[in-house]
Parts: sequence; C-alpha cells; structure tokens
Amino acid sequence: MLKLTVNGVPHEVDADPETPLLWVLRDQLGKTGTKYGCGIAQCGACTVHLDGQPVRSCQTAIKDVGEAKVTTIEGVSGRVAEAVQGAWRKLDVVQCGYCQSGQIMSAIGLLTDNPKPTDTDIEGAMDGNICRCGTYQRIRAAIHEAARTLA
Amino acid sequence: MLTLGRSKAGARTPRVSRRSFLGGAAAATGAIVIGFRLDLKNPARAAGGPDLSTVKAMPNAFVRIAADDTVTVIIKHLDMGQGNTTGLAAILADELDADWAQVRTEFAPADAALYNNLLMGPVQGTGGSTAIANSWFQLRKAGAAAREMLVAAASYQWKVPVSEITVERGVLRHAASKNEARFGALAASAATLPVPQEPRLKDPSEWRLIGTKVARLDSAAKTDGSAIYSLDIRRPGQVTAMVAHPPRFGGTVGRVDDKAARAIPGVLDVVTIPSGVAVIAKDTWTARKGRDALVVVWDDSAAEARSSDAILAEYRETAKRPGLVASERGDPAAGIKGAAKVLEAEFIFPYLAHAPMEPLNATIERAADGSYDVFAGCQLQTIEQAVVAAILGVTTDKVRLHTQWAGGSFGRRATPTADYLAEAAAIVKATRGRAPVHLVWTREDDMTGGYYRPTVLHKLRAGLDAKGAITGWQHMVVGKSIMIGSPFEAMIVKNGIDGTTVEGASDTPYALPAYRFEVHNAREGVPVLWWRSVGHTHTAQAMEVFIDELAHAAGVDPLAYRLSLLASAPRLSGVLKLAAEKANWAAAKPDKGRALGIAAHESFGSYVAMVADVAVETGKVRVNRIVAAVDVGIAVTPDVIRAQVEGAVGFALSSVLRNRVTLKEGVVQERNFDTYEPTRMSEMPVVEVHIMPSQAAPTGIGEPGVPTLAPAISNAIFAATGQRLRSLPLDLTSLRGV
Repeated sequence: MLKLTVNGVPHEVDADPETPLLWVLRDQLGKTGTKYGCGIAQCGACTVHLDGQPVRSCQTAIKDVGEAKVTTIEGVSGRVAEAVQGAWRKLDVVQCGYCQSGQIMSAIGLLTDNPKPTDTDIEGAMDGNICRCGTYQRIRAAIHEAARTLA
Repeated sequence: MLTLGRSKAGARTPRVSRRSFLGGAAAATGAIVIGFRLDLKNPARAAGGPDLSTVKAMPNAFVRIAADDTVTVIIKHLDMGQGNTTGLAAILADELDADWAQVRTEFAPADAALYNNLLMGPVQGTGGSTAIANSWFQLRKAGAAAREMLVAAASYQWKVPVSEITVERGVLRHAASKNEARFGALAASAATLPVPQEPRLKDPSEWRLIGTKVARLDSAAKTDGSAIYSLDIRRPGQVTAMVAHPPRFGGTVGRVDDKAARAIPGVLDVVTIPSGVAVIAKDTWTARKGRDALVVVWDDSAAEARSSDAILAEYRETAKRPGLVASERGDPAAGIKGAAKVLEAEFIFPYLAHAPMEPLNATIERAADGSYDVFAGCQLQTIEQAVVAAILGVTTDKVRLHTQWAGGSFGRRATPTADYLAEAAAIVKATRGRAPVHLVWTREDDMTGGYYRPTVLHKLRAGLDAKGAITGWQHMVVGKSIMIGSPFEAMIVKNGIDGTTVEGASDTPYALPAYRFEVHNAREGVPVLWWRSVGHTHTAQAMEVFIDELAHAAGVDPLAYRLSLLASAPRLSGVLKLAAEKANWAAAKPDKGRALGIAAHESFGSYVAMVADVAVETGKVRVNRIVAAVDVGIAVTPDVIRAQVEGAVGFALSSVLRNRVTLKEGVVQERNFDTYEPTRMSEMPVVEVHIMPSQAAPTGIGEPGVPTLAPAISNAIFAATGQRLRSLPLDLTSLRGV
C-alpha cells in the first residue's frame, strides 16, 4: 500500500509502485479530469501539480511521489487558479477541451512563479502542452488576461 | 420526446419505429449499404438538395423545459470541439426567446427517424460541416413552436389573447393584467397542447442571440475537469481492454502465446477477436502491461507490405495512363499545344493521421435484458448502432448509444466501418457481456490504426497565351477513394469517380476555357478516410498554388489574376477582396525573406480566403500572421466561427510544416507525438478572422478554414524567395534564405 495525498485528501493505493500517477488518479481515484494524451511526456494533457509544481503524471511513477501533495484540475483553488479559469471562460478558449486541464495546470504553474509573463515566458512554459484544436492564440490571450486580473 | 415540463429523470425517448433502410444485411462491419442521396457538397445550395425549410416542427424532439426553468436543447450531432452545441442551442433558444443563462444541452440518443442529418438522408451523423446548415430550419421551427405552445398555455391560464402576450428572456408577460410567468411554470400545461406545424419564425431583425457573441455552453465544464469524455466513463464492474493489432494493414492473428500476459496480477482474460488479440484487465495500466507481455505471431500473407515510396512510385506510373474523366470542357490539349508558355507541376501529399487528443476508445455494457449501452464519441450514430447490433446479434433497437464529448475527431470518429466500436463489440461478444468493457487505444494504437487522409498525387499542365490568359488546363489526380467500399459508395461514387477525391478541383470556380480533370482510384491496402476538409486538403493546395504560378508567369498580381477568373463567383471574390484589404495586400512588398501569399477556396458551401505573412530563413519558415476572411452565410455564433478558423490554422499548420505518416514495408513509422508532432504554441501565428456580412442560409465552418492555409503559406514562400514548394509537408530542407 502506497500513501498519496490528492487534493488534500490522503489515500492508500494498492498498485504496482511503477504505475504512472496518471493511471492511479484516473482508474483508482476517479480523478478523470487529468487526461491521457501520449504517455511519453510529449503533450502535457496529464499535467498535475506536485507541491505546486507542474509535472507530467504519465511519467511520474507513484513510488516517486513520496510525501509530495498532488493537485489535479478538480482540486485547484486560490487566486491564481480562479484568475486562470475565469480568463479561460471569459475568452472561450476551449474547443474539444481535452487538453485544457493540462493547459490550465501549466498556466497556473507559470503565473504562480511569474505573475506578469511575456509572450516568450508563456511559450517557454506552455510549449510542452499540445492543443490539437489549435486554441493557442486564446490560451496566450487568456494567460495575459489572468495576469491582468492578478495585478 | 414530449417532455415540456418534465424533469430530466422522467424524460424518456419514445420508441419510434425505424425505417428499414439498413436492411437486414448488416451482418458484419462494413456490410451496411445506404441507398440514399447524400448532398454534402453544398448544403446551402437549393438546386438538387433537399428543401430544408419544409422540415416538420418537432419541439418535443429538440427541447425540454423543466419545472426548474432550465431549457435543455437536444443536440443530435457530435461536438468534437467545433462548438456546434453552442450554435445549435443558440438557434433554438433565439426562436424560443429563452434566456441564454437557462440554456443547457444534452446529446441525443441514436434515432435515425428523429435525429437524422437532413443532408445525410436517413443517417444520423456529423460531418461535411453540416451541423448548423442542416439544423437551421429544424431548430428554428422547434424553438418557435415551443414558444407558441408556452404562449398558448399562458393565454389559457390568464384568459387573455395570445396576441397580447410578450416573451422575453425566458419570461412571458401580459402587460395589461400584469401577469408574468417564467417558462418553467408554464411548461407542464404547454406540453398538453397540440404542436403548431407552421410556427411563425422571427425576422432577422428580431434575433437576440443569433449573430451575437454568446458564451460557449461547454466552457465551464471543460475548465474544471468535470466534462466527461468517453475515456472517462466508469461503469460499475467495468474492465479495461487493450488490443494488440497486426503491425501491417490486412494482417491477421497467427499464433498467440498469452502465458506471460495471463500471469500478470490483474489480467483477467485474453481473447482473440477479428482485429487482434485483446487483453482484459482490471485497469488501464494492467491492460497495457498485459498487452506488452503477449507474444503474437502475425499472419501477413494478405497484408499491405509496401513502403510509402513504392506506393508513390506506382502512382506516378499510373498517372501516365488516361484516367476516369471527372469533368471536362473544350480541348485543353489543343489549347496547351498552341500556348506561348506551358507550365507543369507535380504535387504529392502524404498519408495523415487525425491524431485527436483523446485516443479512440469506447465502453459497451450489457444490460440484464440482453440489450446494450454504448458510451463513445459517436459521430455516425446510425451506422455505429447497426455495426454494434450486428456483431452482438441483436436488433438495432437493443443498442443504445450515449454520445459523449469527444476529445477531437477531425473526421476519425466518423468511420463507416465503425472500427473501434466494432472492436469493443467483438470483445463484449467474446467475453459474453460478463462485464462492461472499456476499450482503450493508446496514442500508438491511434496513430498506427489507419484510416488516414489518403496519399495523393496531382499532376498539372496548363498553357498561357502571350497575354497571360489560360488556354488549357490538364489535371490528373491519383489517390485511393474514401467512399468506394463504404456504405456511402452508392450515394457519392458516380461512374467510378469518388467526388471526395476531386472536390475543389474538378468543380473549380475559375473560368477555364478548356480543361480536363482525370482520376485514378488507387488500390493499396491502407484504410483511408476523410480528414478535416477531406479532398480539399489537397485539391486547394494544387489549385491555389498552380493558379499562383500562372499569375506569376503571366506577370499579373496574384490577387488581380484570381479576381479576373472569378467574375461568376461573387462570394469567393468577396472574401478574397476582404482578406486582401485587411492584410493591406496592395501596399505589401517582399522584404528580406518576408512576404505575403494569398489563397481562396470554397468548401462545403463556405468561402474562405487567407493571406499569410511569412518569414523565410534557410531551412526554416516562420508564419507570422494569417488574415482570414470567411463567408458562411448568416454567422450564427460569430465567436465560434472565429475560433474555428483560428483552430483550423493551428491544426493544419503542422501538416504544412512536417506531419506525414510513412510506411516502411507496410509498417507505420510515426507512432506518437515525438515523430508526428502537432503545432506547438511557439509556432502559432497571429490569426485575424473577418466575417463577411450575409443574409444567405448558414453553412459550416468546422472544416473550411483548413484548405487555404497551405497554399497561402506556399505562395508567400514563393513571393519571399522565388522558390516554389508544392508538395506537403513543405520540403523545408530545400529552402534557402534570402
């Protein structure tokens, strides 16, 4: 049994310690907001926070999570998260929406560290998150919008 | 669904007797034949198409007003991101005079009698950018009829004439008596009234939602993790299946050694099915480990074992022979023979994978009475239902489809063989429905699973006279037909010619004095399918780049040259002029490797022009900006239209710059996003979208933003460097900076 704290709730998980965090979240803990896209850390759809830092849950074995607190899209809260989700809704960023949990988790990570990112900062933080629908223009605008809200 | 006034829980779909158009012969996947006229080419064009304005008013099929005052619009289409739920709901809600805040949506069940796509005959399905176009009158009438029923109910209750009752944002009022009621309070009594068959539709001046920026109805659920896609379906007792597929198309299972797979804790079963070997496990990761442990010897005796290069070489040989004539006029050979200048060009296009972010998956559950529930991103419901029913040996009414939000599709989920649903059904059959089966494809399964945009060869030849006028145009297209062998063959294929192979070329709007478009249907064993904008993905590149070449050879500005050939195509000319004006085309001059390029194309009854602003360095292209102008008739939800064009640019850019699916001795080489890399944010140009004001019936915009991107970029590269890159993806290695 491995211990995992997800969105502030402690869980005991019965799984192979090599299992990626992604599949424990989705299949055992019912946190399906975190998405599977590629399984090789190329697309960012599975992005969650470990102690507030964005990580690719498809490449994070549960044995390596340790004491770190896991936050998924279902559990984000606070000023930055509200600003980001609010900007996403105001600008109607989403299309199919499948990648957007990961995009939002990356954006929250960016704005937490850097409340006033430039376009280059945004590309640096977001280039690992693929959106096949091509919503990048609105993602960029929404991050600037969220930064304005936070200022 | 006579459900005005009932709660969601109480709403049931009535059993509607189905037309027997599918016959009884749907014995196996792909064995379905639909004998019905399909008109996807131009949904707005009245000639030859169905008259959509005569559709019956069916408020009970399309709207449910609950006592809690919510208005739920029933969506008969799949929303794979194109935002049609918002647009379809806006059409109905406007006629109903609902408040946008009270509007919800729900995907319709599979029911071809109630929910067929009016442009697909008796088939419920989403494709060809038809969702808004086919639903326009249907949903207006449904909304208007429901409104009249609510007004009639208020009239009875308040004992006042209907003519004195007003409706505004979900509230009915009678000013003189100061009576007022919200929809929810009147819905139950309205539901008992007869449905008006010819409700009055609003004049465009009365629209409050149509043509305005309405908030997307799916934004909230898609930004907090609560939106459910089919990969998120969790049924009680469900097991997860992953399938080992043959590495070559047409391969079959030879010998299976499943000892190691079965030894993995959590692996529950291993079954051989027609499409491969399925490992069934307690969860996804265990299923994957089980599949990795399988040892399968494949039988490749009937498989496609050629490489893409060999297939293309065969196309080039084929192109030398006369093909089937798709369209012709005059004597182009004679025109070219006497020309002052002759231009020739070859364009090659690779196989492309759709690669939606959500890999294909489905869940099928057997109910106690022997019927089945299917949860998936259903896109061709009528066919999918029939395929699943045939495999499970039940009638179609025993298969209930629950359409979920789809994490992209780009055409892939609308597969006439319903391949992945057939696979899920085969596993349910092999395991006798003991547990709900959640079939998961990995990214690698999705990428290597076939049903690609066909690989296509275009060969063109044209002559110009001394003044630069076109004297003849010869055009050969070689590619595998999407429709031949599919249930849609009877509808679409005429005299051996699949319209989707030549659409956008053989019906060119350019005034060519003499032309001949020929086709060869290639026959390789790679399954092919429509990929966002179908034939236009390649015909627009061939036509719009070659026209650009002719313009330059004629010494005429490419915009002026196009306009001179489009006198009888006012809507296409209109978007060309609008895009050029907004991009400041007239004043632009190439400067140190940076230049503008232009292209225009009609697809699915919508008109799009794009001006690309690109910067070229050796081996590299940077697309700075795309200025797009679109004419989709009445713009129902303008912000969704803009989003679709922005997205089309982001989606298609990687296919212009790098994406291709290649076969090496029949084996697909690109297996994941590392070797088939979609566009990333740092590559995304600024996209400006201008919408042409129009009173014409609305057409679609899911696909039409794609075709013009590649030629606009290609033409800009030529303007910047004098180098003509024709084939896709662009051969950037050959590109030299200025």
